[in-house]
Amino acid sequence: MKEYIDTGKKDTRSGFGAGLALLGDSNPKVVAMTADLKGSLKMDAFAAAHPDRFFDVGIAEANMVGMAAGLAIAGYIPFIGTFANFATARVLDQIRQSVCYSRTNVKIAASHAGITLGEDGATHQTLEDIGLMRQLPGMVVLNPCDYNQTRAATLAAAAWNGPVYLRFGRPGVPNFTPADEPFEIGKAIHLEEGSDVSIFATGHLVWEAIQATRELEARGVSVDLIDIATIKPLDKEAVIASARKTGKVVVAEEHLIAGGLGEEIAAVLAAACPTPMRFVAIDDQFGQSGKPAELMAAYGLDAAHIIEAALSF
Amino acid sequence: MEYTLEQIASQVRRDIVRMVTAAASGHPGGSMSATDVLTYLFFKEMNVTPENWRRDGEGLDQFFLSAGHISPVLYSLLARRGYFPVDELATFRRYGSRLQGHPSVDKNLPGVNQAAGSLGQGLSVALGAAVAKRMKGDPHTVYVLIGDGESEEGQIWEAAMAAAHYKVDNLIAMTDWNHQQIDGRVEDVAGLGDLRSKWEAFGWTVLEGDGHDFTDIERVFKEARSRSRLGSPVMILWHTEMGHGVDFMAGTCKWHGKNPSVEQCAEAMKQLEETMGDFAL
Repeated sequence: MKEYIDTGKKDTRSGFGAGLALLGDSNPKVVAMTADLKGSLKMDAFAAAHPDRFFDVGIAEANMVGMAAGLAIAGYIPFIGTFANFATARVLDQIRQSVCYSRTNVKIAASHAGITLGEDGATHQTLEDIGLMRQLPGMVVLNPCDYNQTRAATLAAAAWNGPVYLRFGRPGVPNFTPADEPFEIGKAIHLEEGSDVSIFATGHLVWEAIQATRELEARGVSVDLIDIATIKPLDKEAVIASARKTGKVVVAEEHLIAGGLGEEIAAVLAAACPTPMRFVAIDDQFGQSGKPAELMAAYGLDAAHIIEAALSF
Repeated sequence: MEYTLEQIASQVRRDIVRMVTAAASGHPGGSMSATDVLTYLFFKEMNVTPENWRRDGEGLDQFFLSAGHISPVLYSLLARRGYFPVDELATFRRYGSRLQGHPSVDKNLPGVNQAAGSLGQGLSVALGAAVAKRMKGDPHTVYVLIGDGESEEGQIWEAAMAAAHYKVDNLIAMTDWNHQQIDGRVEDVAGLGDLRSKWEAFGWTVLEGDGHDFTDIERVFKEARSRSRLGSPVMILWHTEMGHGVDFMAGTCKWHGKNPSVEQCAEAMKQLEETMGDFAL
């Protein structure tokens, strides 16, 4: 097994902020907008360097989506940033009609996704956003796993022609992917080659899956470990090849089972090569207040639960 | 030959009624209340032509229809202005047509900038387009039409606040104030109250005009242009009548989203002069 070195905990939203600042300097078409969450979205550097291309529209997310569509029609590349719940469920119809159906080049930067938002509780902890966004025709859904990957995904989102949903989180998490690795939209990242069980992980669960893999390997279980940083378009070839090889699949994500990556992979495998699966995700319930790590453990989203799932076939 | 605005509007209303009759569905009422204002906009006001139109609007005036259900008037005007063949109007709402029930960019119909249908979104989109023009130094104007019933949507007022806050003064919004919505009179369903004062309180320059009198329409558009670029967005409240032009369709919500029968269509045709030649059915 390769060595994965945590270079120090960093929040993925800061990876977005760093990527956005780079884009601000390199691409005059990039515009950033937020609905009163500039600081939380780490947009300060962009806003300070490019005040003419930054809009804090206030607490009015629907209008922000529409304005972004108008800017995109005119040729700009708007990144709109707010908490993931307000970036999706609150404005689903605006994204559906003004962005996806209208094919406007809008990038949705969604922070504080999932249960690791923590203490604010269930009103703010979206666990449905991946499902909502991947249902929309033409939407690309990215869920990077650490600071470096989020920074790279931000650059890739700007280069992609079309709507992108970029999901990231609030808490500091291990930063372990290579600093200068380009992000390739639509490509699964094969971390470990193995033959006994496939583990597909996305977002914050990738680090947990790495810890689980180390433990499983120590117990003599060979793990095929894949980071699904692009949830849509899914790298179906990589998913099918891995499932054919191992015959057992675990999917780990910080999301509800309903609508999540697990369901997406299940649909692909059911048609191509039916494979027994386990889902490390949340089943049909809201979250609650608590510390991120505490919640991840309580809701079954950590390495221990991935190990348990991998050994349960 | 050159047609007068009255002649064009008469033909557009014929097109609207014939389109929804042929499709056995669609929204004639609001299409007919907005006909005169949009006829002036497309034939006199904007510098856009079928030849120079581009979706990004660069170097051009730009129009967004927010009340997407009145697609018949938009399609008729685009066809009559020369964006696509007039006979294509016969495909309205049919399978495979570029003339979707509500406007779409999905099938690349020339002249359509943005999908609309789910209400309340177009003012925000137009605002974004106007901001983009300002950022680019493009001196042209963005126009958008919303419905009075549509103004019950909260997003309209989010956009209203934002436009004034950003002093977007190259934006001319218009309300088709026909006082009708699907379920009845707007004031009976969910009253808008003093619409002029509301827009003024939101920081807009508000003008009013008779949306069925071309002399007044010209006056108000000229005034709107002269009062734009002064630090505030402009709202024109057009006093109109749903179903205007056909006596049994006028002034009632009954024809908001309902097609006439073939017999009713024939009756309507007697009241609307054929000026530019009907599209073939």
